[in-house]
Amino acid sequence: MIKPVYSKGKLAAKTGNEVMAEAMRQIEPDVVAAYPITPATEIVQIFSQFVADGIVKSEYVAVESEHSAMSATIAASAAGARAMTGTSSQGLSLMWEMLYIAAGLRLPIVMAEVNRAISAPINIHGDQSDTMGARDSGWIQIYSENSQEAYDNLIQAVKIAEKAKLPALVTTDGFIISHCMEVVETYPDEDVKNFIGEYEPKRYLLDLKKPYTLGSIDLQDYYFEHRFQVAQAMRDSKKIVLEVAKDFEKTFGRRYDFYEKYKLDDAEIAIVAIGSTAGTTKVVVDSLRKNGIKAGLLKIRLFRPFPVEEIAKDLAHVKAIGIMDKADACSGAFAPLYSDVAASLYAAGATVPKLANYVYGLGGREISISHISGIFEDLVKIKDGNKTPPISPEYVNVRIKKTM
Amino acid sequence: MADKKLSAAELEAGGLVEAGTAAEFHTGSWRSQRPVWNKDKCIHCLTCWISCPDSAIKTAPDEKKGTVVTGIDYNYCKGCGICARECPPKIAALSMEVERK
Repeated sequence: MIKPVYSKGKLAAKTGNEVMAEAMRQIEPDVVAAYPITPATEIVQIFSQFVADGIVKSEYVAVESEHSAMSATIAASAAGARAMTGTSSQGLSLMWEMLYIAAGLRLPIVMAEVNRAISAPINIHGDQSDTMGARDSGWIQIYSENSQEAYDNLIQAVKIAEKAKLPALVTTDGFIISHCMEVVETYPDEDVKNFIGEYEPKRYLLDLKKPYTLGSIDLQDYYFEHRFQVAQAMRDSKKIVLEVAKDFEKTFGRRYDFYEKYKLDDAEIAIVAIGSTAGTTKVVVDSLRKNGIKAGLLKIRLFRPFPVEEIAKDLAHVKAIGIMDKADACSGAFAPLYSDVAASLYAAGATVPKLANYVYGLGGREISISHISGIFEDLVKIKDGNKTPPISPEYVNVRIKKTM
Repeated sequence: MADKKLSAAELEAGGLVEAGTAAEFHTGSWRSQRPVWNKDKCIHCLTCWISCPDSAIKTAPDEKKGTVVTGIDYNYCKGCGICARECPPKIAALSMEVERK
């Protein structure tokens, strides 16, 4: 039987979207501006009901597009409000211009994001192409394996964003987490509110006693310094993520880190994965371990900022690593997660691991235990020198050759 | 260049610029026409003052009229001509001239 971790915790069956809306209700931001999009619609739909019913005091701005949603959220945040939004896929794509502006203006906006494929062809199912496309936008990115993590991550993101003065998004896998019901432990409203505290921006536009200009033109003489500040704030936010995780553990009892190591310390072969696929991988790791194969997993929680040194240190001993990307880069090179893991290892001077990139699950294509077992079999071959690490991504569960 | 530029460590985050910095820049330097104010014709209706987009109409308190026009601040006047156009035609205390360099 599942038991609460926190003494005042309450267990309930909830979908990922319901639990993200629940976190938003408890956070009770001053302003939420959002536009509905599958599979994230329910998050803001449920939240707008809380507003309509007077359960929260938040101002809900119903906008005509996601570009406007992000614009309104930026304006609210710049004015001094704690501001949130939620979106997915095409919605996030339409926000693209404003995502960079939110980060450049250093506004701690928090977004509940549900990962979904990007058109074309149109597809509503889960892959991580949407947020991977926003990986250089200056947003902190936190991924969740299940609904519990989504709830905990969204609460932590508020604190992280406000301390780092950077926007942050928390994701779940479309439909797999967003629409599946799981037992989730929620904490009392008061305790969540105490944990995140009041938002007290140092400067805000509605402070009429200390007026200032935000978003002015910035040419050759200053633009570079301001962009450096954003990149440095991103690097510095690693420390903040850990501090907030420590506070969170102290308060609610659940432990969070940059990533989760699952039977990794003595592993000879390992998978690096993001999101719900990590859960499936744990099952495969367990069964391989029973057969004496030293398999392990590194599950990414924090993708931006990327924990370069830590990952390199924890993977340096692994002989063959399969890096699983639920997004392709269409770059002629490798997919996003592979690129960052490989760069981290190379920068740290690691010479042991051989790497392979596995692109999987695009458009919600199934990734099952047998597919992941297949990847581990591949890794055994690479480890033993029976297969050369491929110089382009391997594609999992896709029809490439002629079938008729 | 003599002016010191701030570094990333010194700059306010987010490209925040304190209000009122326009006073530091003499934007009147690229004027092609200038308004000329005729003190004797002026009735101090302040139409030019309220119309000027650059706050370049100089005023002073006055016992009788409350506030009076005292001249034009050529450091900030861009020569747009709005003041000359808005000045009541019967008064015509403001006229535009080609800027003398």
